[in-house]
Amino acid sequence: MKMKLTTMALTALMAAGPAMADLVFPSLSYRTGPFAAGGIPFADGYADYFTLLNERDGGIGGIPARLLECETAYNTEKGVECYESTKGEGALVYQPLSTGITYQLIPKATADGIPIHSMGYGRTSAKNGKVFSHVFNYPVNYWDGASVGVNHFKKQAGGSLEGKKITLLHFNGAYGKEPIPTLEALSAQEGFSLNTIAIDYPGQEQKSQWLQIRRERPDYVLFWGWGVMNQVAVQEASNIRFPMENFMGIWWSGAELDVIPAGDGANGYKALQFHNVGNDFPVFADIQKHVLDAGKAAGAGDQIGTVLYNRGVYAAFLAAEAAKAAQAANGTKDITPAMMRDAMEALKIDEAVMAAAGLPGFGPEFQVTCENHGGGGMAAVSQWDAAAQSWSLVSEFEASDNAIIEPLIMADSKAYADENAIEGRCN
Amino acid sequence: MFYREAGDFKTSYTDDSQTFPIKFDRYRYYVVLGVAFGVIPFLINDYWANAFLLPFLIYSIAAIGLNILTGYCGQVSLGTGGFMAVGAYACYKLMTAFPDVNIFFHVIAAGGITAIVCTAFGLPSLRIKGFYLAVATLAAQFFLVWLFNKVSWFYNYSASGQINAPERTVFGVPVTGANTEAWATYLFCLVFLAISAIIARNLTRGMQGRKWMAIRDMDIAAEIIGVNPLKAKLSAFAVSGFFIGISGALFFAVYLGAAEAGDSFGIQKSFLVLFMIIIGGLGSIFGSFAGAAFLVLLPVALKLVGVDLFGWPTDIVAHIQLIIVGALIIIFLIAEPHGIAQLWRVAKEKLRLWPFPH
Repeated sequence: MKMKLTTMALTALMAAGPAMADLVFPSLSYRTGPFAAGGIPFADGYADYFTLLNERDGGIGGIPARLLECETAYNTEKGVECYESTKGEGALVYQPLSTGITYQLIPKATADGIPIHSMGYGRTSAKNGKVFSHVFNYPVNYWDGASVGVNHFKKQAGGSLEGKKITLLHFNGAYGKEPIPTLEALSAQEGFSLNTIAIDYPGQEQKSQWLQIRRERPDYVLFWGWGVMNQVAVQEASNIRFPMENFMGIWWSGAELDVIPAGDGANGYKALQFHNVGNDFPVFADIQKHVLDAGKAAGAGDQIGTVLYNRGVYAAFLAAEAAKAAQAANGTKDITPAMMRDAMEALKIDEAVMAAAGLPGFGPEFQVTCENHGGGGMAAVSQWDAAAQSWSLVSEFEASDNAIIEPLIMADSKAYADENAIEGRCN
Repeated sequence: MFYREAGDFKTSYTDDSQTFPIKFDRYRYYVVLGVAFGVIPFLINDYWANAFLLPFLIYSIAAIGLNILTGYCGQVSLGTGGFMAVGAYACYKLMTAFPDVNIFFHVIAAGGITAIVCTAFGLPSLRIKGFYLAVATLAAQFFLVWLFNKVSWFYNYSASGQINAPERTVFGVPVTGANTEAWATYLFCLVFLAISAIIARNLTRGMQGRKWMAIRDMDIAAEIIGVNPLKAKLSAFAVSGFFIGISGALFFAVYLGAAEAGDSFGIQKSFLVLFMIIIGGLGSIFGSFAGAAFLVLLPVALKLVGVDLFGWPTDIVAHIQLIIVGALIIIFLIAEPHGIAQLWRVAKEKLRLWPFPH
């Protein structure tokens, strides 16, 4: 009987949902579960930017954007269900905000011809567009992050990391393990010794990890965490009085909610960013006026200007720009996922584009090509000011060390190509 | 009325001891098999396969496996997630090491490897019982997940520790990888489920099953009447591990396509399968199906109704879903502690007498 009811519900749904002339952007969000604290602001930013485009400009090129939100709770099985339930609606691009779900969608979405944009997460070697035709990870990936972080420490140490000790504190999963190959290569090149310490999910208890750090006294600590793990790590670092300016998180470990609980102890904590921080951009005034004040905010409306909200806005901005480019390139307003993919592959983000969207200087300039789906690999370092309760960028957007990363990307993508018998493209 | 034995005469012992002795039951079983094999493959689409049917089929196999161990032999196990991981990683290693061998054999071999691992972790059951054994199997869960995270040989030294199922075919039709058709994956899993269920049902009806049940009901008495507890317990672990390994292999290779030990085979998986057999009914093959259906289909159905039909915000629906599923579990356990299988038995009994209950 239960089966029958769902059948009826589903057939009713399928009959009621014909293809409408709009641009569909699925948002596989997580507003519940262990990582909701990071998932909510991102999902809000992603949704609010599209609402802004609809309210202010009447959509993208005159066609309204439709956001299909589906709750994954960061769970890979729910992610599969969300993907299957939204792909038939004409989804243009998937941004799952989870490395695990991204890995699952890579083969599926490639077979279905729908592009994936894993912005600053997912499979790093997807940068190699020759192998991964439908996966994009511009503007930056984890290996760029590791390289930029190490370069920053190198500068901080006065130009050499010879004989220094760097510890990578990471989530014990796909996401946290990604930077290890790069750091190993860098350690051989720069002469620092690398030690990795894993934190198991969900990471509310890190006493033993920080005891180990206290015992080994590393000069610098790099941190790959997400969710509650971040707050605990920052708190523990401040408890053992680890010098905060030598402690740097990846961009997923550098939001306000990660550092506020530690109070003054978090002052000076650093985090990598691939977009700007703060709410001092024209687009936020527009969002305030057209979305929040109009009562159309996706969430509570209190996240505007926070790091992860900005990242959601940035993700939506990149998707909208690609959709615009696809409309222009094909001379049609109603684009397909295939046109979207082609446009993403030719996407060029420069200062003029960002300024036109009300985001001047928000991120690095980059250009996507058939061979390079990863953009320029530029990241900046931000630092937390506990007194002012704000993040600020303390460096320019700097390029990563491509000589180290390129061979690793080639090796990893070649392994994937061999396992799945993929012929290279772009020739 | 419906379940009538009257007029259904048996003329041989084979007839009398068959799985479904009542004619109506037997025909219903044939109809279910016929629909599952002959009708659904023609109607299925990607959404139905990936949202409902594949997880239902695969969790049913896992629930059958755990039910043999916990429901029939009385050995509580919290290591199901870890054992599923063994099946998944074994399947992955076999798939990549022997690409020319048919995936069908890889899945069976993965079940065999899991049976060996499961038997090894079953050794403590010879000395400890009940809650203490549950803790020992919990150790297996954590150890196995740690092992698959730590030793990079298991994931072929890939950078992230994820394993990806490459494309493999059966009779030229791809069943794993990206280019699968919904009907092919469905049928592939269905074949495994049907065979597993038939084997499990007949094992539990036969001498082996009676030995397991004797151990479950009172191990000392069982030993006195001549049941060897070592053989009985370890065989339960082995058979259970075999089915759980198959389900883990299918879960990774056919359903998810990519997996990671901690994420896909964590402790939540162990609890989920345990809840399935508790809600479905301990010591019942039908209960394994019912429990898997309850815990797989209900959340998705609630989501469909809440988000797609009523248009509520996704986070509210996710929270309501937790509340409803939790409440239903409690209501079920209070109203019918022996699970859905017992409800089904009572319903059958009533139908047998209907419309003259006295």
